[in-house]
Amino acid sequence: MAHSESTGAPLLAVMDLRVNYGGIEAVKGVSFAVEEGEMVCLIGANGAGKTSTLKALARMLPAGGEIHYAGRRIEAAPPHALIGMGLALVPEGRGVFARLSVAENLAMGAYHRRDGEIAADLERVHELLPRLRERARQLAGTLSGGEQQMLAIGRALMGRPRLLLLDEPSMGLAPLMVQKVFEVIRTVAAQGVTILLVEQNARLALDVCNRGYVMESGRITLADTAASLAADPRVRAAYLGE
Amino acid sequence: MDIFLQQVFNGLTLGSIYALVALGYTMVYGILGLINFAHGEVVMIGALTALAAANALLALGLPVPLVLLLALLAAALVCMALGFTIERVAYRPLRNAPRLAPLITAIGVSIVLQQLAMLIWGRRYHSVPQLLPSGSHTIFGAQVTEVQMIIMATAALTMLALTQLVNRTRLGRAMRATSESPSIAALMGVDANRIIALTFVIGSGLAALAGVMVSANYGITHYHMGFLLGLKAFTAAVLGGIGNLAGAMVGGVLLGVIEALGAGYIGDLTGGVFGSNYQDVFAFFVLIVVLIFRPSGLMGEKVSERA
Ligand SMILES: Nc1ncnc2c1ncn2[C@@H]1O[C@H](COP(=O)(O)OP(=O)(O)OP(=O)(O)O)[C@@H](O)[C@H]1O
Ligand SMILES: [Mg+2]
Repeated sequence: MAHSESTGAPLLAVMDLRVNYGGIEAVKGVSFAVEEGEMVCLIGANGAGKTSTLKALARMLPAGGEIHYAGRRIEAAPPHALIGMGLALVPEGRGVFARLSVAENLAMGAYHRRDGEIAADLERVHELLPRLRERARQLAGTLSGGEQQMLAIGRALMGRPRLLLLDEPSMGLAPLMVQKVFEVIRTVAAQGVTILLVEQNARLALDVCNRGYVMESGRITLADTAASLAADPRVRAAYLGE
Repeated sequence: MDIFLQQVFNGLTLGSIYALVALGYTMVYGILGLINFAHGEVVMIGALTALAAANALLALGLPVPLVLLLALLAAALVCMALGFTIERVAYRPLRNAPRLAPLITAIGVSIVLQQLAMLIWGRRYHSVPQLLPSGSHTIFGAQVTEVQMIIMATAALTMLALTQLVNRTRLGRAMRATSESPSIAALMGVDANRIIALTFVIGSGLAALAGVMVSANYGITHYHMGFLLGLKAFTAAVLGGIGNLAGAMVGGVLLGVIEALGAGYIGDLTGGVFGSNYQDVFAFFVLIVVLIFRPSGLMGEKVSERA
């Protein structure tokens, strides 16, 4: 089981992942994989265990099972070591540092980097998200929800991720802002970043992703291409409101 | 005649010292939500270490400025190592324990440090050799000693440097990010343990400096000096808004001035019923009044439970 750096191994492979909250099992042994360059979504209702899964991947929660990332086992890695391997999480609720300015939040995104291209990447992030340039000196806590989401994504991009985990980037945003956020995510994916997207907005998620997994009370119940999932009557009934 | 200005200068001196110590409380609280009650004892260890080093170096016949520098350095190194060790040994294992556990541990640590200091340095008061210039100047009718001036200037410079460190450097940014959310900062690659250890080390360095200042100001020091000083500095931190750096500085200076003015005037105000020996009561009286009207301190934000 330990070997996985053979060619063609997926960038992320999760096996029998389990998360417990004091005896209550929120993630009950899920297995899935994400190939390099793919855009994969994990959809499911409230409390299905999506956030718990992402947090376990980012090592913010203790978890059972195996997490293979870029040919390494990371389930014992310290959380602060992950971004150095190219694994970034944009957490649920954005998690911007409210008392730091926008510019400082972006600088935090590049905290682990020592290369000379941080300024160039900042320029790129500003081009992608022009609002952040305008608001550079403002405290992140004063931004609107949509701007905070943009900042959270921009901050993650400053870390030069190879795999970007996104937890409900559309949560609480007005429809127009949701469109903008998803445009940005598409652009990021087009630039070659592999994406694992968690969303309650299944329609949108299946629209932008290549493949998807459906999660229900801690288990993955369906796995297919996004198009097939979107056409699946069970998905249509439960998540697309039809 | 004019004791007002005199007491203001005395208060500013004392307040500068409170501020340096208060910074240590507030930095640790800001990042861990922990009240490090042992911090006052670190100040005491700093004072006594500096004294021991100074006496030894003076006996060697070294020039006074060099002795001062080396004694300060020795105190800083010992205190930083002590702060590092306290965090590592006493607090880190309790990081996820109920809040009461680290608090009780902090009290335990301070008792251990006090007893340790008593074993090493004994119960007596030690007089401190004069390492700073002993002159004094008259400013608007108030007598200000050169020791006081040096204390105020050094404290001001130190606080300026700390502010720059926290607000302008990569490390400072990581400290602020960690104090907002250690788990999110970790996603950016920040090793929270390292930041927390550094916070203790920096706070302990400030404590060493404060310890040297207190003993230079009063000319004496003893193993029990950390308790009340620590309590006052903690009061200053709460007064300013615990967790807030500027608050600790303002709270410290304000507390020093209020205390000095209180001591200067309480006799007149109460017709001699209370004397300046009630000085210590002032600090806590002011704290209670401020907390009634501003529960989160003068510059503090509303305290919210961290998720
Ligand atoms: N800190 C916690 N302590 C105890 N139980 C928790 C905790 N966090 C989540 N849970 C429980 O674990 C289960 C999965 O929660 P999780 O947040 O992973 O779901 P989710 O799919 O992300 O839901 P949502 O769509 O609402 O974000 C839920 O039943 C939730 O109540
Ligand atoms: Mg969630």
